[in-house]
Amino acid sequence: MKTSYNGKVARINLTTREVKVEALDMDLATKFVGGRGLGTAMLYNEGIATVEPLSEANKLIYATGPLTGTASPTAGRYMVVTKSPLTGMIASSNSGGIWGAKLKYAGWDALIVEGKASSPVYINIEDEKIEILPADQYAGMLSETVDEELKKVHEKCSVLNIGPAGEHQSLLAAIMNDKDRAAGRSGVGAVMGSKNLKAITVTASRNVIEPHDADKLREAMTDCLAKIKANGVTSGGLPTYGTAVLVNIINNTGSFPTRNWQESYFDKADDTSGETLVEKHLVKNSYCHRCPIGCGRVVNLNGKVVGGPEYEPLWAYGGNCGVNDLNAIDEANFWCNEYGLDAISTPCTIAAAMELYQRGYIKEEECDGVPLVWGSAEAIVTWTKWMGEGKNALAKLMADGSYRLCEHYGHPEYSMSVKKQEMPAYDARGIQGIGITYATSNRGGCHVRGYLISPEILGLPEQLDRTTVEGKAKWAMIFQDLTAVIDSLGLCLFSSFALGAPEYAALLNAGTGTNYTAEELLVLGERIYNIERLFNKAAGMKPEDDRLPKRLIEEPITDGPSKGMTSQIQVTLPQYYEARGWVEAFPTPETLTRLGLEEKY
Amino acid sequence: MIEIRLFATFRENRKKIDYIDSNQVEKALDIVNYYGIDPEDVAICLINGFHSKLTDSIKDGDVVALFPPVGGG
Ligand code: SF4
Repeated sequence: MKTSYNGKVARINLTTREVKVEALDMDLATKFVGGRGLGTAMLYNEGIATVEPLSEANKLIYATGPLTGTASPTAGRYMVVTKSPLTGMIASSNSGGIWGAKLKYAGWDALIVEGKASSPVYINIEDEKIEILPADQYAGMLSETVDEELKKVHEKCSVLNIGPAGEHQSLLAAIMNDKDRAAGRSGVGAVMGSKNLKAITVTASRNVIEPHDADKLREAMTDCLAKIKANGVTSGGLPTYGTAVLVNIINNTGSFPTRNWQESYFDKADDTSGETLVEKHLVKNSYCHRCPIGCGRVVNLNGKVVGGPEYEPLWAYGGNCGVNDLNAIDEANFWCNEYGLDAISTPCTIAAAMELYQRGYIKEEECDGVPLVWGSAEAIVTWTKWMGEGKNALAKLMADGSYRLCEHYGHPEYSMSVKKQEMPAYDARGIQGIGITYATSNRGGCHVRGYLISPEILGLPEQLDRTTVEGKAKWAMIFQDLTAVIDSLGLCLFSSFALGAPEYAALLNAGTGTNYTAEELLVLGERIYNIERLFNKAAGMKPEDDRLPKRLIEEPITDGPSKGMTSQIQVTLPQYYEARGWVEAFPTPETLTRLGLEEKY
Repeated sequence: MIEIRLFATFRENRKKIDYIDSNQVEKALDIVNYYGIDPEDVAICLINGFHSKLTDSIKDGDVVALFPPVGGG
């Protein structure tokens, strides 16, 4: 049967330098779709949950989705799935650009990279040809330089690589592709570094993936494009201001974590907003492959044209470090890309270090002449570079994230993280539902695993009251499940401002010849969410890992519109487990049977 | 006085922050009309940081923030 899967997976062993071509397990693909879901199921089945994340035994899966590379809107995405060295649990980090689509065009659904090279190497893929080549000459190079150098060797390739942070195995290391696109979270770059794998170049002679039913796909696509065009967010807000437009909205609700979440309103937020970015620094928008939205920012950084910050780094370097110097944030964000660092966790760790400094735990003499004071533009830029280089003892500690940093100083409570991964830019005291997403996200502190900001703040698909808890558990579950499907299809989550389960089902059915209804699609998502949870259980996760930092529960917001609020997670978490059919954070046998996962119990 | 904060495209050819005498307006809708904004274009109206309807009444000292459709993540 004709389908938008390639039906082929490459298993690349860096120890033995053996490359094996394997048929895609279609039963597994049908059950777990692709990308995030399929990658997790493969990793689970290979017994990776119990291995040391930075040992030779861990594996890296680069997985496309069944719609990656098709003509579907935003179909340029891939997922890196591995065991996270930051959280010790499942990592699945998503990225756009064009690299994922090229991998698909080259004929592969996924790559499984295992073992460890004895010296730096890169993998070069040209359609069916896969070779492991020496990368000594690229070791230590910044991201953009590696990209440019490898393009001199493989002219038409797209490059995925790590920067120096990944080589040092910083637990905040990202995997970069196409220069400034990042699979940013959970330390996936450190796993690449631990395998001595600097880059993967892909060149493809095709530039299209034929779906199961081209007419049906065209029909579904036309419908989706019309909806994206008619939607004020995807056709107006996102292309005009990027995700950064959220700075002012979230701040105006008093839910904009400030100075490491000690406050939640930043009086200078507008200096770092999407509006100010457009006015002062924006050169143009950037688009991932096949994206009609184009939320990406290209900015002028002191005369150099570079990828600009999204909402998350604007907040994390901005309000969360008390900084209102937009140019410094652009620069710090640029260094995240160059060193290959997570642009959420890195600035959040700097914010935690600033609080440790404020409280006298980090001493001035540890700071190498750049004190970690609130509001310091110099500190955010310099410490980002130092973390990327592993320059001094403190920078090396910081490069492993806020949890390990704060624990080192005896105060883990100042790490604003869940499962040791830093939480993003929305205060769960002022916005109740997003706290459920943070607490229960399988990959730790994260907003894009169930973006309840959409209904609680943006009013999409309907406006919920951000201050109440009623019904939020169920909303969180539905958002988590739908997101799991979108991440597995190979599409961008931002398409969901305009599209819903019926549209995604139509695209998938046209691509692969399935017959899913919208409801069945959500069950696929639920299955994916549960297999991630099973992976975490096998990895040693405990019920108490589904928790928010104490500050959100015990310290009411001190000022601003949400003054006095705390998270009501103690109310919503039991409701959430009940909705999921989980007891003490894990699925019951009945739930697993209902989801066709009984053999995993 | 009512403090008005305008965002995103609402700022084009208008001030970012403005003040109106509270005697001049009763509801958020009056403000929207005052600035010549099409009420249909208002996606989010915050009064003192809380989501409100344009028909909600406002009083002296309130802060009203208006946004067109925007999103992100
Ligand atoms: S909406 Fe933004 S992140 Fe998503 S595919 Fe388009 S440009 Fe990339």
